[in-house]
Amino acid sequence: MSRDWPLWEVFIRSKGGLSHKHVGSVHAPDSELALRHARDVYTRRQEGISLWVVRSSDIVASDPAQDGPMFEPAESKVYRHPTFYDIPDVVTHI
Amino acid sequence: MTALLSSTAPGTRDAALSDYALRLGDDSLILGQRLGEWCGHAPALEVDLSVANFGLDLIGQAILFLGIAGTVEDKGRDADRLAFHRDVLAFRNCLLVEQPNGDFARTMARQFLFSTMQVALFDALTHSTDARLAEIAAKAVKEVRYHAELAADWVIRLGDGTEESHGRMVDGFDWCWRFVEEMFDMDETELALASEGIAVDRATLRAGFDARVEDVLREATLPVPAYPRAVRGGRRGHHSEHLGHLLATMQFLPRTYPDAVW
Repeated sequence: MSRDWPLWEVFIRSKGGLSHKHVGSVHAPDSELALRHARDVYTRRQEGISLWVVRSSDIVASDPAQDGPMFEPAESKVYRHPTFYDIPDVVTHI
Repeated sequence: MTALLSSTAPGTRDAALSDYALRLGDDSLILGQRLGEWCGHAPALEVDLSVANFGLDLIGQAILFLGIAGTVEDKGRDADRLAFHRDVLAFRNCLLVEQPNGDFARTMARQFLFSTMQVALFDALTHSTDARLAEIAAKAVKEVRYHAELAADWVIRLGDGTEESHGRMVDGFDWCWRFVEEMFDMDETELALASEGIAVDRATLRAGFDARVEDVLREATLPVPAYPRAVRGGRRGHHSEHLGHLLATMQFLPRTYPDAVW
């Protein structure tokens, strides 16, 4: 049965103020049941307060064969990191 | 009926309350055990988890209700004792929950009918004058609302699906209709408790139940047949043969190894 169902990627917001994070995928016949399946499979232990599901086929992904031109140019640009500032202790989630 | 309990001794009221908690607990326990039979057999991993979650929610409710039944009864029986060391005639669940799973469609038909009733029952039970029952109902109603919604989703998708899934959904409901009436039966025990605001008058839940069932079945393109002659007796311990087999599986281990722990 599940082999005939499309795949959906699941994203969970673990608490207010944080972003949704990819946690895995489920099979489901439609969006409504995809949300229910995501709830049943991925939030059994209070993992989150909000769920997104999106058809896996709707995700546009970068081509692994293009890793070089895509990502390597950033390697040598250390000055782009904000490592030259002191971040106050009270500022979290940075 | 108001005079009934106010003129009775506290012992009679305790017996009624214990019996009521037993009915609530046994409904959840037996359906929870039934749903556990799907574990590893559901049509998909996701559905396997959905159904197992339902079962675990129900068994959680059973522990609480049976705990109250044992406390009020005051014979030293806790929830485990009541679940695993009672014989079939002493069970007080309605007949619907002990029905065999059949195929997935029948399991969802049974779940939709039972959970829809349970949502209405627990909603009302949150106003019980017995604080313990009200508290369990408040916690459990969120669980069973989800059960009712997910079961309705499946009824609609299978009913309004292929020719085969539609046919299986019709057959699934046909198995269950005769057990619906019993879920709303009121007897002396429950009427007396209801008059004190402890129990819910199940008759008041019926119109809402019928309306919801009709809505979902219409959306599922399923027929809403006239109810067949009702089968009842679970509240008095008159069960179908199916319950004995279920109990044999459920009770085997604690009865064979009474001191087993895990």
